Amino acid sequence: MSTQDTIRQQVTENPVILYMKGTPTFPQCGFSAGAVQILKNLGVNFAAVNVLADPEIRQGIKEFANWPTIPQLYIKGEFVGGSDIMKELYASGELAEMVADLKAE
Amino acid sequence: MMSIADEIRTRLAALAPENIELFDDSAAHAGHAGAASGGGHFELTIVSNAFIGKKTLERHRMVYQPLSDLIPHRIHALSIRALTPDEF
Repeated sequence: MSTQDTIRQQVTENPVILYMKGTPTFPQCGFSAGAVQILKNLGVNFAAVNVLADPEIRQGIKEFANWPTIPQLYIKGEFVGGSDIMKELYASGELAEMVADLKAE
Repeated sequence: MMSIADEIRTRLAALAPENIELFDDSAAHAGHAGAASGGGHFELTIVSNAFIGKKTLERHRMVYQPLSDLIPHRIHALSIRALTPDEF
């Protein structure tokens, strides 16, 4: 399976997935740490992919969404944005709306 | 060679900005792994009529596009606020 297919499968199978540097427990970058904190604040379950552990995903994810930076958030298979956009959508309440139907009961 | 900050400003001229504020935050990140490559950390506020009617995602793409070959080596991190003159 090509890297692009792998990524497509990951974003399809996981309703909320964050591509980040490090892990949710040990983020390796301030922007990734901020993205994790937002998702935790929303109280939504999310998958996380540590791009530092996989050079092909690290490069492939930039091509997948044509977006040059990490973290990247996908909800229901759609690219949402990077760290600044997550902050904006979180502050405006839009991010909460986007995941409202996915929240753990 | 032009400084990376000047290079960013020059390239973003394509968006006909009314205002650009570029803050070089590299010093705050000196020593961490990402900074080791020498890439800079920047916070950018750019104000342009080009953003009218565009969603945030699209605005950020417009900013990244002319800078893409500088990321991640010369620009390690870039925070973007892309505003229309009315929003500024």
